Amino acid sequence: MTSAPSPATGLIGRDNFPHRHLVGIANLAPHEIRFLLDEAEQWASLNRSGSRKHDGRLAGLTQMNAFFENSTRTLLSFEVAGKRLGADVVNMHAAQSSVKKGETLIDTAVTLNSMRADVMVIRHMSSGAVQLIADKVDCPVLNAGDGRHEHPTQALLDALTIRRRKGSFEGLIVTICGDILHSRVARSNMLCLTALGAQVRVCAPPTLMPPAVERYRVTPFHDFNEALDGADVVMMLRIQNERMDGAFIPSAREFHALYGLTPERLKRAKPDAIIMHPGPMNRGVEIVSSVADDPQRSAITEQVEMGVAVRMACLDVLTRSARGVPGWA
Amino acid sequence: MGLTAIINARLCDPSAGALSEGTLLVEGERIAAIGAVDVPSGAEVIDARGMIVAPGIIDLGVFRTDKPAFHFAGITRAALMPDQSPVLDEPGLIQHAARAGKPDFWVHPLGAATRGLEGRELAEMALMKAAGARAIATGRSWIADSGVMLRVLRYASALDRVVITHGEDGGMTANAVATDGETASRLGLQSAPSCAEAIAIARDIALAREAGARLHVRLVTTAAGFALIRTAKAEGLKVTCGTSPSYLFLNDAAVSDFRTFARLSPPLRDERDRLATIEAVADGTVDVLCSGHDPRGPEDKRLPFADAAPGIAGAETLLPLALNLVREGKISETRMMALLAANPAAILGLDAGRLAVDAPADLILIDPDKPWIVDSAKMAAAAGNTPFDKLPVQGRARMIMKGGVIR
Repeated sequence: MTSAPSPATGLIGRDNFPHRHLVGIANLAPHEIRFLLDEAEQWASLNRSGSRKHDGRLAGLTQMNAFFENSTRTLLSFEVAGKRLGADVVNMHAAQSSVKKGETLIDTAVTLNSMRADVMVIRHMSSGAVQLIADKVDCPVLNAGDGRHEHPTQALLDALTIRRRKGSFEGLIVTICGDILHSRVARSNMLCLTALGAQVRVCAPPTLMPPAVERYRVTPFHDFNEALDGADVVMMLRIQNERMDGAFIPSAREFHALYGLTPERLKRAKPDAIIMHPGPMNRGVEIVSSVADDPQRSAITEQVEMGVAVRMACLDVLTRSARGVPGWA
Repeated sequence: MGLTAIINARLCDPSAGALSEGTLLVEGERIAAIGAVDVPSGAEVIDARGMIVAPGIIDLGVFRTDKPAFHFAGITRAALMPDQSPVLDEPGLIQHAARAGKPDFWVHPLGAATRGLEGRELAEMALMKAAGARAIATGRSWIADSGVMLRVLRYASALDRVVITHGEDGGMTANAVATDGETASRLGLQSAPSCAEAIAIARDIALAREAGARLHVRLVTTAAGFALIRTAKAEGLKVTCGTSPSYLFLNDAAVSDFRTFARLSPPLRDERDRLATIEAVADGTVDVLCSGHDPRGPEDKRLPFADAAPGIAGAETLLPLALNLVREGKISETRMMALLAANPAAILGLDAGRLAVDAPADLILIDPDKPWIVDSAKMAAAAGNTPFDKLPVQGRARMIMKGGVIR
């Protein structure tokens, strides 16, 4: 909170994170990602500090969460994050908005902007929609997931979780398995983890693998057993029910047979490998309960916890300029 | 009857090998003489020094009748796609659409192949022909049912009408807004492999062979697609194809940052296919260069990429971008005008697109070197949705004559 250089990066103030919005990991340099993770640590500590988990630095600021696509946990996480920092948090759900009446996305954005939001958190079902809004409004915009494109705070919270468990990313083997094609979580994580130095493997049936995925500098696998060999981190993705009706994969049970994470399969990973899942889980499909609930190896609840910390860090950093924090003007 | 003499011009006859110097004499609605002609007394004289005199551009496949844009572009005739509201699938609508441009330019409405362009029931092709439809078109989409397409081809063939098809397999490209590749994956856009084009073209060629019908693939954009067209032509089938400057000068990287002005149908392809498209224009595989003119305002374009309408306001950039190919030595001026006028006229069966005695005096004067900058905010078109915004270009139409009258 001063204009002294950051101990980790040696950079001063805004140089640590010279972005107005957080639309995707693709726009971030590795040191900018590390800066956000470092910033999140203090909030992880605060959130564990007992009953009064509060910091008033966003007091008087209005945080608008505009969710054009249904969400429970991400919306809640952003709401908790904003409130712990003292912001006035309001939520707009698509189901109860004029979006249903045919208002265009731009008109909705302009309306929210006219209400003088100080920061907007947007989720939308269309890739690129958040960028479109960011270009149109006067306040910082945080992408809470746009189509299949990006979900940057999920990647950041995953990175923070991994860093706290594993110490660093260098040489770490991370296996991401599931519906890579339709997943913004997978895209943001591929960008984030490779930028931080991890070796990333992605595993999916051929029908759920994005074209040219190797251009992310990840190694694609169709065989889950091979993909698990020697992995330090196993990240399972949720598979949507509508993908399992024969359009992309024949059935849930066939998917489970090939790609379900079971204790047997997990033996191929390193003995200290951790298990991650962005939630909500389809227990018995991509992951079995004994693995998901393994107290030693499952980091799934910690991901949720780090989600609040990372979102607090993002809300704080993105509003520093408007709040006149020294070095961030 | 009025006489006009265009003197000191470089004459661009699409059927000739090169430009020739000379005078062109217009009498009434037609070209009266060409070459070393004496200017008759009383003729109005236009000194075209430095200019190229060419047939007016015939734009095969526009989505909107856009008079200011066509005037800027040097387009004297445009074939209007049936994808209108309502769909051009019955004779009254064809007649109405044909009246839109006259006298400044002529609109040739293309009759829908199937009712509502839904790909199921044959539309009234004979009645539409009688009402002025010069060709039958499947519109923006491919007819998925091969049985229906075969019947369309047979029926149209008996009426001596070419069938203009869209070359993308409908199943593979359903909901896709981009071509498979790194850009689409990184942006999280639903995409389809480029072979969706070859699959569609291969089937339609097979059906055209079966029906003995004329087939024109409006936009071919991939190396595999051009290979099929080449083979069909070598076999002697009556198969022709077109492409548009977007596929010559842009690849799929142009959609980075979710630029909806670069959302096209078919979608932009990779660099290899872009180079193959230039090659196919240069080697004669491509018969037609068209703009696909489809002006779209912010209500259609300022949307998330997948929700935005495809298409560009392409009329104004058609000629300067075609001239790029001339300047790069890929094609001659006369070949350019074959692509822009003579070939589309032949495909549609129009008495136009020629620089010959007795041909209609549909002419343009082209200033081939005139530099200008494409500016989406200042276009003549009904909307400025161009992926070529801020591009410096050279060459534009300076004068348009339709039916012997300067417009």
